[in-house]
Amino acid sequence: MSSQAELDNSELDRVIRSEYEAGFTTLVESDTLPPGLNEDVIRVISAKKEEPEWMLEWRLEAYRHWQTMQEPNWAHVQYPPVDLNAISYYSAPKSMEDRPKSLDEVDPELLETYKKLGIPLHEQEMLAGVAVDAVFDSVSVATTFKSKLAEAGVIFCSISEAVREHPELVRKYLGSVVPKGDNFFAGLNSAVFTDGSFVYIPKGVRCPMELSTYFRINEANTGQFERTLIVADEGSYVSYLEGCTAPQRDENQLHAAVVELVALPGAEIKYSTVQNWYPGDEDGKGGIYNFVTKRGVAHDHAKISWTQVETGSAITWKYPSVVLRGDHSVGEFYSVALTRHAQQADTGTKMIHLGKNTKSTIVSKGISAGKSSNAYRGLVRMGPRAENARNFTQCDSLLLGDRCGAHTFPYIESKHPSATIEHEATTSKVSDDQLFLCRQRGIDPEKAISMIVNGFCKEVFKELPMEFAVEAGKLLEVSLEGAVG
Amino acid sequence: MLEIRDLHASVAGQPILKGLNLTVKPGEVHAIMGPNGSGKSTLANVLAGRDNYEITGGEALFDGKSLADLEPEERAQLGLFLAFQYPVEIPGVSNMEFLKAALEATRAAQGKEEWDSVTLLRKAREACKQVDLDPQFLKRGVNEGFSGGEKKRNEIMQMLLMEPKLALLDETDSGLDIDALQTVAKGVNSLRGPERGIVLVTHYQRLLDYIVPDFVHVLSGGKIIKSGGKELALELEQHGYGWLTGGQNGDNGKEDQTA
Ligand SMILES: Nc1ncnc2c1ncn2[C@@H]1O[C@H](COP(=O)(O)OP(=O)(O)OP(=O)(O)O)[C@@H](O)[C@H]1O
Ligand SMILES: [Mg+2]
Repeated sequence: MSSQAELDNSELDRVIRSEYEAGFTTLVESDTLPPGLNEDVIRVISAKKEEPEWMLEWRLEAYRHWQTMQEPNWAHVQYPPVDLNAISYYSAPKSMEDRPKSLDEVDPELLETYKKLGIPLHEQEMLAGVAVDAVFDSVSVATTFKSKLAEAGVIFCSISEAVREHPELVRKYLGSVVPKGDNFFAGLNSAVFTDGSFVYIPKGVRCPMELSTYFRINEANTGQFERTLIVADEGSYVSYLEGCTAPQRDENQLHAAVVELVALPGAEIKYSTVQNWYPGDEDGKGGIYNFVTKRGVAHDHAKISWTQVETGSAITWKYPSVVLRGDHSVGEFYSVALTRHAQQADTGTKMIHLGKNTKSTIVSKGISAGKSSNAYRGLVRMGPRAENARNFTQCDSLLLGDRCGAHTFPYIESKHPSATIEHEATTSKVSDDQLFLCRQRGIDPEKAISMIVNGFCKEVFKELPMEFAVEAGKLLEVSLEGAVG
Repeated sequence: MLEIRDLHASVAGQPILKGLNLTVKPGEVHAIMGPNGSGKSTLANVLAGRDNYEITGGEALFDGKSLADLEPEERAQLGLFLAFQYPVEIPGVSNMEFLKAALEATRAAQGKEEWDSVTLLRKAREACKQVDLDPQFLKRGVNEGFSGGEKKRNEIMQMLLMEPKLALLDETDSGLDIDALQTVAKGVNSLRGPERGIVLVTHYQRLLDYIVPDFVHVLSGGKIIKSGGKELALELEQHGYGWLTGGQNGDNGKEDQTA
């Protein structure tokens, strides 16, 4: 794929392009674009979304810049190259006829996991993509939900809708945190993103409820290039939940999302993720590659808090970051990453302290089982103006078994003498003594392990909204099944 | 309820128990004393089924079932309880959460009715009170940052809730202050009953003033070398173990050579 940039005049490129000879108009009418990426594909995506001219220009600029970029290879993960020309960059959501008619047609293994997680039937149907008419409770829930939000002046809609309905906000903030050319995957996303969420919380408003992607109906397919933009205006507050604990399968192997958070002076954004993409089988086959760019900018006295629980994906490459631009701004990162089988995770955070008296906290808990590999990569940078900036980092790894690995890569750059940076790191195993105490009290070893692991993660779980925390605990338990031999 | 016949066991491949016999009947309290390193904790761990503690000869039957065939959790579910000499910490797992899991597993296996969370909380608070532990300890991580004595009381608190058939207490008295010793003894006594067996491992006669045993045994060199009534403990207190072990102080390896 590093050859991407050289493709312009190659034979391969001509072959790919030849597929588009059918012409632009036909392409706009078709449901799925043939595989491959070029400027026409981007024009088609933009046209299908009925985007204004500026949006198309923005995408094209991103694409042109992306073509000069190289896929990064510094992460502690290994995978065969993804053939970006084998991907179709636009396909309409599957029609009702193409979907399973009932849960009987869905992979029984998937249903088994849903059951273990205690997911209600109608939600199972939705998650498994069963063709049911829109009679979910969630529709009525979502309607009440929408009117409540409207009352508060909160905008919560798909990013495509926002581009059409709220162009002034989108134009101002899109790419303001993660620039188009930020990195290879973000660049690709900027060129071809097809959906995602947009949130705007007006000045001084405390969002009356937790916003969850789950309630953003009418977007069944989130797609592989998701784009999320959250803007919290001065003094406002919002808590946003992404993902769900149910394992999500997707035919698309590569996922490259971008999330941008803007916390204006005095605002607070709490962003929680529970991610459980299909990790692949024991050898990692069929698993999702998840390359995500998440970043927030905190202005004066603003606070951004990332909490994530990651159990899925064959490969995770993800560093939710906070740019502490304003004085007295606060950044937090709480993370649990569990890897098993052949999963590889390279995740962590960046805290970029620019303002005075800025403060950041990082708590990362990595759990590795099987023959998986789990790396924490964290950067704390204290800029030249960051007087009295403070960071505390705690980075704990727990190993289950002896074929797995944990790695910690802390990077610290301090340009201000008054800055304080504390770093603590531990690696431990579930001890035989702990396990024996549990078993001596009648608790079976699998339950014991999951209890001990949950205990290990407690500091992070307590940052999650209550319901999510309970689900996350259950998720770990299910994910760890069979991890003890 | 507990029948140990000519038990041989090794720890990590090293023979420690060498032909031990002991019978505990329902309603009885047995005290096991003996020099350091004589195999008392080994016996407790073998009975409870710890990894690396292997029965190499003889047998140990609990209610007629061979313990060697059972997983540790199965033994616990049958009503065997071990109060540890050195209770381990499980950070982040609250005592309450731990008790809930333990009681769910054992009560179900024993066909006892399930306790709902209100009942469980009430019972747990009562048990705490019995051993003079602040109920706040229920919220803390299992043994996390507990003092030595608090850990021991926590073990007894768990025992009171779990109402085991056979309780093995490994030096529960060491590390307790005098008042705590009495409190713990009271707790243990409250569990005494015609259908329950208790085996106390201790170094001190003092505990036996409060929990009066039916039998006292001296374990040395991996065997019971003397058994008697509660008076035996007093004799040991006065004369030590020398007169029984022939001058040896019970060191396992040396004992082996003289045997
Ligand atoms: N893992 C092990 N490997 C080798 N030897 C061991 C191991 N564990 C215990 N032992 C040995 O077994 C012997 C008996 O130990 P045990 O803990 O049963 O003694 P004890 O009678 O409980 O002593 P104390 O009164 O000091 O608690 C000791 O000599 C001890 O060193
Ligand atoms: Mg001992």
